[in-house]
Amino acid sequence: MKALKSAAFYLLVAFIVFIAVFPFYYAIITSFKTGTALFQIDYWPTTFSLDNYRDVFNQGGFFRNILNSVLIASVTVCLSLLLAVTASYALARVRFRGRGLLLMTILAVSMFPQIAVLSGLFEMVRFIGIYNTPWALILSYTIFTLPFTVWVLTTFMRDLPIEIEEAAIIDGATPWQIITKVFMPLMWPALVTTGLLAFIGAWNEFLFALTFTSSTETRTVPVAIGMLSGASQYETPWGIIMAASVLVTVPIVILVLVFQRKIVAGLTAGGVKG
Amino acid sequence: MKKSVKKAGLNKAVLLGAVMSALLASSAYAAEINFVSGAVGKDIEIFKELVKPWEKDTGNTVKIVPMPSSTTDQFAQYRLWLSAGNTDVDVYQTDVIWAPQLADQFLDLTEAAKDVVKDHFPSIIESQTADGKLVALPLFTDAPALYYRKDLLEKYGASVPKTWEELTATAKKIQEAERAAGSKDLWGFVFQGNAYEGLTCDALEWVKSFGGGQIVEADGTISVNNPKAVAALDLAKSWVGGISPAGVLSYGEEESRGIWQTGNAVFMRNWPYAYALGNGDDSKVKDKFDVTTLPSGGDNGKSAATLGGWNVAVSKYSKNPDVAISLAKFLTSKETQKQRALKGSQLPTIVSLYDDADIKAQQPIIPRWKDVFMQAVPRPSAPTKVKYNEVSSKFWSAVHSTLSGKGTAAENLEVLEADLTEMKGKGW
Amino acid sequence: MQQAELQAQRIRAAMWFLLPMIAALAFVAAYPLLRSIYFSFTDTTLTSLYTGQWVGFDNYLNWRTLPSGRTIYRGTLVDPAWWNAVWNTVRFAFVSVSIEAILGLMVALVLNANFHGRGLVRAAILIPWAIPTIVSAKMWAWMLNDQFGIVNDMLFNIGLISEKIAWTANVDTAMWAVLMVDIWKTTPFMALLCLAGLQMIPRDVYEASKIDGVHPIKVFFKITLPLVKPALMVAIIFRMLDALRIFDLVYVLTPNSAATKTMSVISRENLIEFDKFAYGSAQSTLLFLMIALFVTLYIWLGKVDLSGDKQ
Repeated sequence: MKALKSAAFYLLVAFIVFIAVFPFYYAIITSFKTGTALFQIDYWPTTFSLDNYRDVFNQGGFFRNILNSVLIASVTVCLSLLLAVTASYALARVRFRGRGLLLMTILAVSMFPQIAVLSGLFEMVRFIGIYNTPWALILSYTIFTLPFTVWVLTTFMRDLPIEIEEAAIIDGATPWQIITKVFMPLMWPALVTTGLLAFIGAWNEFLFALTFTSSTETRTVPVAIGMLSGASQYETPWGIIMAASVLVTVPIVILVLVFQRKIVAGLTAGGVKG
Repeated sequence: MKKSVKKAGLNKAVLLGAVMSALLASSAYAAEINFVSGAVGKDIEIFKELVKPWEKDTGNTVKIVPMPSSTTDQFAQYRLWLSAGNTDVDVYQTDVIWAPQLADQFLDLTEAAKDVVKDHFPSIIESQTADGKLVALPLFTDAPALYYRKDLLEKYGASVPKTWEELTATAKKIQEAERAAGSKDLWGFVFQGNAYEGLTCDALEWVKSFGGGQIVEADGTISVNNPKAVAALDLAKSWVGGISPAGVLSYGEEESRGIWQTGNAVFMRNWPYAYALGNGDDSKVKDKFDVTTLPSGGDNGKSAATLGGWNVAVSKYSKNPDVAISLAKFLTSKETQKQRALKGSQLPTIVSLYDDADIKAQQPIIPRWKDVFMQAVPRPSAPTKVKYNEVSSKFWSAVHSTLSGKGTAAENLEVLEADLTEMKGKGW
Repeated sequence: MQQAELQAQRIRAAMWFLLPMIAALAFVAAYPLLRSIYFSFTDTTLTSLYTGQWVGFDNYLNWRTLPSGRTIYRGTLVDPAWWNAVWNTVRFAFVSVSIEAILGLMVALVLNANFHGRGLVRAAILIPWAIPTIVSAKMWAWMLNDQFGIVNDMLFNIGLISEKIAWTANVDTAMWAVLMVDIWKTTPFMALLCLAGLQMIPRDVYEASKIDGVHPIKVFFKITLPLVKPALMVAIIFRMLDALRIFDLVYVLTPNSAATKTMSVISRENLIEFDKFAYGSAQSTLLFLMIALFVTLYIWLGKVDLSGDKQ
């Protein structure tokens, strides 16, 4: 009975993994194909050619684009988390009037379609003089990362037991010490999760990245993928696009593998009584 | 003797002066021109090579701003940049349908190009002229053709179709016979049936080749609701699910090429790019196909091919408009177009280049498109100006509805006419 | 007395903590947002961005009387294309977010269990969310192609379908295709947030119920769900925001099909493609109002404790 149960469980895991990974697997197979073979259906790799990967790097600057993306997404996430951790402490643990309204206002920033704020942001970026620099993207990405991080961290912070904070207050801890010494260690699962999700959001953003940069050296990965092209306007270079997608997904997978331990950590390690 | 020495001295002084002023001039006017263009294939490399003589002659430099190959993304960016008065870009490479929509923000090139205009295909110049203002100069062009399988036509003793009706009959015959023989995935005809700009191109060809006009005529009259246009769309409707897969309603260029290149279609309507790819080593249709002009319809007897291609326009926000215009003229000149044809096999817009000996020798396929261009028809982007995208969207929606069986051709075109009339208002 | 002073000190600290975040958001977002709303009351076009005239609510609703005495109405609020988009969007958001919430929670429960290779599985689950949307949408378009798409081939081989389906072309299946891809893509987001919520539940709560011999299903509904609810709720809110604004997926998969055209798609069309910038701004503003309405409703009906005053 128990063996059957665990077999069923592993079957479920296998099924979930299959659904999640199959399109990616298909992308990998496709990335090894060229020419007419792209239009044929194969379940297993039939040809193995690294031409597409070579082409990705030959189109110029792809490595640079990956670096740009890493830099921009990292800075965006760090800035957002920094601003959000302190803000969410205030929103979650301190009683003051208008908290609900403030939270809604923060959320409202994310309620406009991106395309509608695009031209206003463009004017602003040019006005500040950061057009075609990483700062243009870091700044504009806070529009969607900041409300998200603030909301998620506020929710999680609110659920932390009141007793630990009271204990800290009695010990004479300042609010800043409460955040960094008491709450942060307990918040790892939430911090890592929001950071990861915000990172991927910034990593994948296309529209702002296209609008606020104008040279190959400053562009990010999604735009670089959009720039991959076949020999003519009408041809879509599937093999190369798939190779590029595989290349940009791998760093994310590694990132998750590195940080996923932190997701498991958290309260279980702290042994806090609820 | 003395006099001549003096004269020589004078000459020297003049020469020195000339050199000085030339140096001064070049240092004062050495400008960096930003040229923005979709980065397709080897375009950027070829461009860098093509533009070298101009850079050398004028002392100016050109910086390329590459854009994604998606034309809708490009258009959106250019519109945004121009609306914000972006001075960072001087010269834009524009799709044939864009310049009239952006006419207010581009410089009038009529004066600058008055000597060379007559060398280009008239239909292309027509497509770039809005309100008598020449907004862009033609860089290279593009027009579709009918691809057909030589081997299959031969096998069934069929001739290359001259009319759409013939094409329908031949496709049906071959499709049925081949399917009976076991090729169950074979289709008679594939085209671009998704609801997008490509369908406007395809349907314009059907309507025009039936003698049903070009949606909105050059003088702005809305002509789309007429019996010939209805007949054209009715015939096209009969293809879907018959000689064409039902999925053709979601196909763009690449999907049709996929079916064609895996050997699963008898006929295909597509742009010249599919020719070289179809003759690639791994292609299932290598050496088995040929191209011809698109069929005509009804008793009209004249075929039509929608004009594609690219042009260059100069931003009115450019800080160096004269230098930018000089670059635009250079890029569209006969010599540059010839080099572009030889190096990038892109089709010239200058008629005489189709008889050029070098091009004939090195790019034998190019002269064969001359006939196609003689029958090229521009989309109504010039008369409808800023409204073109909306007009085109209404048109392809009406056609797409007809093809998918939501309303008859007659009903949909009547509604379309009413919509367009309201959109036009007092004038485009 | 001391208590009050402490409270005042905490509020002062809170203000300083909030200030940088509010300043950053106001700096980035205020101008573009207000500008968009302003444009919706003018006749601005993209060709003349700075010379638009104030026209009041004309972009939303206006009417004039024809010579024949008949009155005709124009504007977004009487535009059937807009209401079609509203209906498409709301339906899409409702279905996708509900399914994603359920699947996400299920996946999170699975991932929360202790088993071999858990780290790898977690990384694998996140892959759909990690692939850039512009790529995954194109990838799915390719896989859903009727003739050489692998989805049809699989279903055909299993025997679920007898003839190839044109998923994205067919009016009846287009919305399902978009839904399927969206669910595939964003369930990981939901799952990861739920997982973080699950991880923060103190373990001894479970252990206590285990000793008491409570049935696992009862444990789920009585203990797990209430504890994970805050995380789930906030995940749903953000998914709802994104689902109501859905753009890129539709734009790549079925860009011009009336069956899937959403509010964002239609407002982009008017803003950029067509020469109706102000009209598009009005639609964006309406979309903004609608999202605000839905979120408020959701928070109210879901009894989300926004201010935290109930603690």
